[in-house]
Amino acid sequence: MAPVLVLWLAVSLSGTWAVDKGNFKTCDQSSFCKRQRALKPGESPYRALLETMELTNTRLTLQLINDNNKVRLLLELYRLQGNITRVKINELKPLKLRYEVPDVLIRDPPTEPLSLLSQDENGVVLSLGAESQRVIVSARPFRLDIMEGREVLMSLNSRGLLAFEHLRMRKDTFSYKVTSTVASVWDNIKRVFSSSQADPEAEKKEETDPAKQAETAKEEEEKVEDGMWEETFKSHSDSKPNGPSAVSLDFSLPGVEHVYGIPEHADTLRLKTTENGDPYRLYNLDVFQYELYNPMALYGAVPVMLAHNAQRTTGIFWLNAAETWVDISSNTAGKTVFGKMLDYVQGSSETPQTDVRWISESGIIDVFIMLGPTPKDVFAQYASLTGTQAFPPLAAVGYHQCRWNYNDQEDVTSVDAGFDEHDIPYDYIWLDIEHTDGKRYFTWDPHKFASPKEMLQGLMDKKRKMVAIVDPHIKVDTNYKIHNEIRSRSFYIKNKDGGDYEGWCWPGSAGYPDFTRADMRDWWASMFAYDQYEGSMENLYTWNDMNEPSVFNGPEVTMHKDALHGAWEHRDVHNLYGFYVQMATAEGLIQRSGGVERPFVLTRAFFAGSQRYGAVWTGDNAAEWDHLKVSIPMCLSLGLVGISFCGADVGGFFKSPSTELLVRWYQTGAYQPFFRAHAHLDTPRREPWLFGPENTALIREAVRQRYTLLPYWYQQFYHAHRTGQPIMRPLWVEYPEDPATFALDDEFLIGRDLLVHPVTEEGARGVTAYLPGKDEVWFDVHTFQKHNGAQNLYIPVTISSIPVFQRGGSIIPRKIRVRRSSSCMMHDPYTLYVALNPQRTAEGELYIDDGHTFNYEKEFIHRRLSFANNLLSSVNLAPDAQFSTRSWIERIVILGASKPSKVILKTDDGQESQLEFDFDSSMSVLTLRKPGMNAGVDWNVMLQ
Amino acid sequence: MMTCQTPYILLLLCVGVSAVEVQRPRGVPLSKRQFYEENKPFTCLDGSRTIPFDRVNDDYCDCQDSSDEPGTAACPNGSFHCTNAGFRPGFIPSSRINDGICDCCDTTDEYNSGAACQNTCREMGRKERESLQKMAEITKEGFLLKQQLIQEAKRGLEDKKAKHSDVQISKKDLENMVEALRTVKETAEQPEKEAKERHLKAWEDQKAVIQMEKDKARMTEVFPELDDDADGFVSVAELLSHSELDPDSDGSFTEAEAQGLLGGVDQVDAVTFESVWNNIKEKYISESNADTPAPVETPTEEIREPASDNDSEQYPEDDIPDEEEEEEEEEEEEDDDQDEGDYKSPPTTQTQEKKDDDDEGTMPPYEQETQNLIDAAQKARDAFDETEKALREVDDQIKNLEKEISFDFGPSAEFAYLYSQCYELTTSEYTYRLCPFNRVSQKPKFGGSETNLGTWGHWAGPEDNIYSLMKYEHGTGCWQGPNRSTMIKVTCGKETVLVSTSEPSRCEYLMEFISPAVCQEPPNPDSALHGHEEL
Repeated sequence: MAPVLVLWLAVSLSGTWAVDKGNFKTCDQSSFCKRQRALKPGESPYRALLETMELTNTRLTLQLINDNNKVRLLLELYRLQGNITRVKINELKPLKLRYEVPDVLIRDPPTEPLSLLSQDENGVVLSLGAESQRVIVSARPFRLDIMEGREVLMSLNSRGLLAFEHLRMRKDTFSYKVTSTVASVWDNIKRVFSSSQADPEAEKKEETDPAKQAETAKEEEEKVEDGMWEETFKSHSDSKPNGPSAVSLDFSLPGVEHVYGIPEHADTLRLKTTENGDPYRLYNLDVFQYELYNPMALYGAVPVMLAHNAQRTTGIFWLNAAETWVDISSNTAGKTVFGKMLDYVQGSSETPQTDVRWISESGIIDVFIMLGPTPKDVFAQYASLTGTQAFPPLAAVGYHQCRWNYNDQEDVTSVDAGFDEHDIPYDYIWLDIEHTDGKRYFTWDPHKFASPKEMLQGLMDKKRKMVAIVDPHIKVDTNYKIHNEIRSRSFYIKNKDGGDYEGWCWPGSAGYPDFTRADMRDWWASMFAYDQYEGSMENLYTWNDMNEPSVFNGPEVTMHKDALHGAWEHRDVHNLYGFYVQMATAEGLIQRSGGVERPFVLTRAFFAGSQRYGAVWTGDNAAEWDHLKVSIPMCLSLGLVGISFCGADVGGFFKSPSTELLVRWYQTGAYQPFFRAHAHLDTPRREPWLFGPENTALIREAVRQRYTLLPYWYQQFYHAHRTGQPIMRPLWVEYPEDPATFALDDEFLIGRDLLVHPVTEEGARGVTAYLPGKDEVWFDVHTFQKHNGAQNLYIPVTISSIPVFQRGGSIIPRKIRVRRSSSCMMHDPYTLYVALNPQRTAEGELYIDDGHTFNYEKEFIHRRLSFANNLLSSVNLAPDAQFSTRSWIERIVILGASKPSKVILKTDDGQESQLEFDFDSSMSVLTLRKPGMNAGVDWNVMLQ
Repeated sequence: MMTCQTPYILLLLCVGVSAVEVQRPRGVPLSKRQFYEENKPFTCLDGSRTIPFDRVNDDYCDCQDSSDEPGTAACPNGSFHCTNAGFRPGFIPSSRINDGICDCCDTTDEYNSGAACQNTCREMGRKERESLQKMAEITKEGFLLKQQLIQEAKRGLEDKKAKHSDVQISKKDLENMVEALRTVKETAEQPEKEAKERHLKAWEDQKAVIQMEKDKARMTEVFPELDDDADGFVSVAELLSHSELDPDSDGSFTEAEAQGLLGGVDQVDAVTFESVWNNIKEKYISESNADTPAPVETPTEEIREPASDNDSEQYPEDDIPDEEEEEEEEEEEEDDDQDEGDYKSPPTTQTQEKKDDDDEGTMPPYEQETQNLIDAAQKARDAFDETEKALREVDDQIKNLEKEISFDFGPSAEFAYLYSQCYELTTSEYTYRLCPFNRVSQKPKFGGSETNLGTWGHWAGPEDNIYSLMKYEHGTGCWQGPNRSTMIKVTCGKETVLVSTSEPSRCEYLMEFISPAVCQEPPNPDSALHGHEEL
């Protein structure tokens, strides 16, 4: 949802159908971004004071000095386990503490020893362990180069854009004058004191040029610019009591032409250079009717960028929760293919290089350099820092039916019945804000939802579930328990003057609980207890919307940056708010079941680490073909930075889709991780059966394809949870050496074995899919037609087509008995689809657990299925785990097979039996009839 | 077909029935029993292949048409037959077999799932019979009422047709009368007009003289005012101090412009000024009241009402013909939304002129002779207007009658009784009002204005039952959405009452309305009640 109904917004839109860009800042309108961007590449004023270097077993520290203003910074350098280098830069003696992001890292990252390789007056060289990886710290000017062998992998401050706006006293106030005098006296004392220990030569250097020093100091003094101590945007003013506090650093990536990540932006998968426009912005915002293909900020922010070329993948994780802008430039951008060729022929080509620059409004520089070298290594490295995707209940991987709003219990009942009448499966029905009593979350409208438990029981009887929305803005109303408790505990965020911050949102005047407080989060979690949240039951789950936070009457529709979270300004923590809301909510759902049940929480705002708490969706999109298209790169980008459980509103939130668009969206959504239809309050109803029997059948078929593949999807979630690998993957992740895949974002992989190229063009007659992999084959999952890899394949399509291919060499389990919800399919048998590669082998897995509790940590079935030498076998990958299933293997379909004369099944009890089979020679498909063994036991099938 | 007369017999029968059922494979309806002959190879019902009988219901799908697994969930599009003894037999998709959810009231779909299902067929059968019986009674009575409605509609239609021809006759009479009175009126108006014109001309002449004198007097006052240096000449410089005189009012009053006003010379004496004065008198602001701003933009609201009042009094021979004025008044009554001031208020400049006119006094009253002519003409006009109005009313009446006579009130005009009626339903927030064949509206219960949910559009039921749905459309628009519209679902009942309302989609309303007019003739009462059990 979005602040749609707010009149002043509506008026300002004046009929045009797009985001009102004027409501959101450009870099020029954000004073720190403007200041920092004005700084051009050149020689850095920073110098490393090598004499201050301290090297312990776990870290190196070193002071940096800015020769212009003599402010000193402290550099910390760590080598972390798993080929990660952490670089931290803070003021050596900040006037007050600067914010360091807590709670995002899952632990203090374990370090590995650094060793000094060499040192001279120009710098030091440190070893990063094996693989001849080194960090070179250059002193004058300061820069860091990370090398492997003779190759530079990444350089920091090579363009001299390290900038650190040190905290200072405001000069036009009395207190400044007093304090600065005291401070300078104190400085002198310190200097005298420290000089007795420090390198005398360095000290001398500093003093040799007093004239210059005075001059630069003067220059500094004069550089008080507009927007340093106060800034206004539209009618909002930001008091900025701490003054300028921005940090910035540049990274050079030699040999890199493709960078990805830093969601959330409605843009292509491959990030663009930003020289001719604004940088990519990371600042969680409720953007009404967002526009596509631009760098504007959206609802969530993950400050992680991946860099890739055919040899190596690396990543940069910039751990800062303040407003952040990312500039990208490249020495090859803008060069035509011909130009590049010419360079090559003439041999004059410089190495392609991408330069990146991060700018944040406050906090410190804390950056994790993930050195790969493979994409999978980078995912693992990032997962070791921020954790992996939460393992959702199986049902959450099914289909979700949402609308703003299902009007009342009767409406819910009739929509539920509609799914049965039209034989379309679904697992969750959703209630948006109108279900509450006057937008008071944790309550129910007394007329429309008078007996929620009755309604929930009705759904439970059908093994279905519900999600109800709980937003973080709390109606200011002394008759509302939640509000009273938060106020009495003083849990609200405070405004700059110390009173409770109040903003305008759905309920009218609202307070915003301070989710950055652990005690507040504990209390919030306790509100989900069955005896606290009246009308809730175990099949009720939660949706956190508007948690950017959205403040209708705030600057850029969000909170004032000078609002206070205890000692910290909102400025420091902004991008973390939504992360904490989902964290506290997920914790509530866990606690209410005594820690037994897995939670399911959907969030709109997110940050690095949000993957640990549930699902995200791409917010308030629109019923337009381009929005359908962009759902692919948007979710791919999120997957690359750990957030796998991603989806877009099927059908488009705003406006009303054409029937064709709706059908195509279902077909696409059925193959994306989070599969939910949603619609705006003002749009006509669009339950799947409202568009005539033909379209109902098309939608039913798309949803059913999803349900048949649930075992595979669930297995992908299990993997994502265990390893941090994305579920929905760009092709280059699996084919990192094939440049043809590097910019593809109209097709994607699910796991590594399914390739999907949804139809996203209106009136399409065909699509061209790139099938990767030299010497690989791909099987059309619908026709079993075999295609060679490393080709662009034209696929003619009709309205019923969903081009999906299974990789030769893979085994995919399905449950083809589609029932009305995933829980109803719990005990159903499996069909194994074995797709042979040219070497006539295949591998796959089978994962089974109870589908909803945390018992999966010990109780599950995980088997390796492999086919080689005409033998298909199932072996236990987790012999210590305990779980038994009623499911069995009902059918085995082998694609690319030849006809056997006989097929023998051997089970673990030593019994042998002959299997009946069917061979389709035109497609080379061998179907083994009803082998019948339990899915959890050892067995093998021999083709003779 | 037999009926379970008493619970006791029913029980026995049902036990007997299930004993018989064992003879056919699970999930097969009686009608298809012959295709499933035990111990003989089974041929898929689409004829696609033949399989050994032990593969029927063996929990593996062999037939493409799903016919080999009527009793298991193995086939994707199969269906399972529940006998539901005591209630109605039915089919469920085979995907609902053993899914842990009780679908068949006889529990036969959950034979291997561990679900604890209760056999509810008898209870459901009883309830259904009760409701069918009730429905049948209602239908019966409703249908009788409908017959009355049809009779009434028939009579009503005849009445209307009779009235229609009556009114046609009186229309003719009125038309003749209007023509006669028009002649009388026109004859009386000619001398009236001439007399009034004479009177007006005299008054205008007199006014012109007065105006000229005033003008001259003012000029004499103004010359010394302008002649700042009192040299007996008004110069360009002196004129420039009066920026309001800027001919193109562009904010810069140039010397060239001033010179232009002075007729191309640098200065003029008092005599030549006379011709200059004519060019500037409209704009000139006397220096004595220069500090009060020029009344260029008089707030119209304040002036409007009194100005138009003056208007009608002062100019009895207003050039708006009486007839038109009356029409406008009618329009105004019909359309509340129209701004009252829209056509009444004269342009502001006119107001100015009238103010000036006021200075010159009012027109002297008509002489007696003229007044007599006016009175006579007025009388003729009044008589004409009155008759014409009566004619229009008759016309309306005819139009309404014709509309009603030709309106689609159903095959036997059984819906005619709803015409010009309204029905209300009050919910927790709103009062809904349905005026069939006219409009649907919604009004907040606790104050607030009414919203139009649609005006009569058309019958909108499916082809075989077109009179079961009414569509009302083009109601008040929704923000960023469609115009409001309402579907009225009409069902059979003894009373005529609006029973429910909902808004399934924003601004698309659905209401349920009960009326005897849709009651169908009940079939043979016995067959309606029974014959639903497969025995």
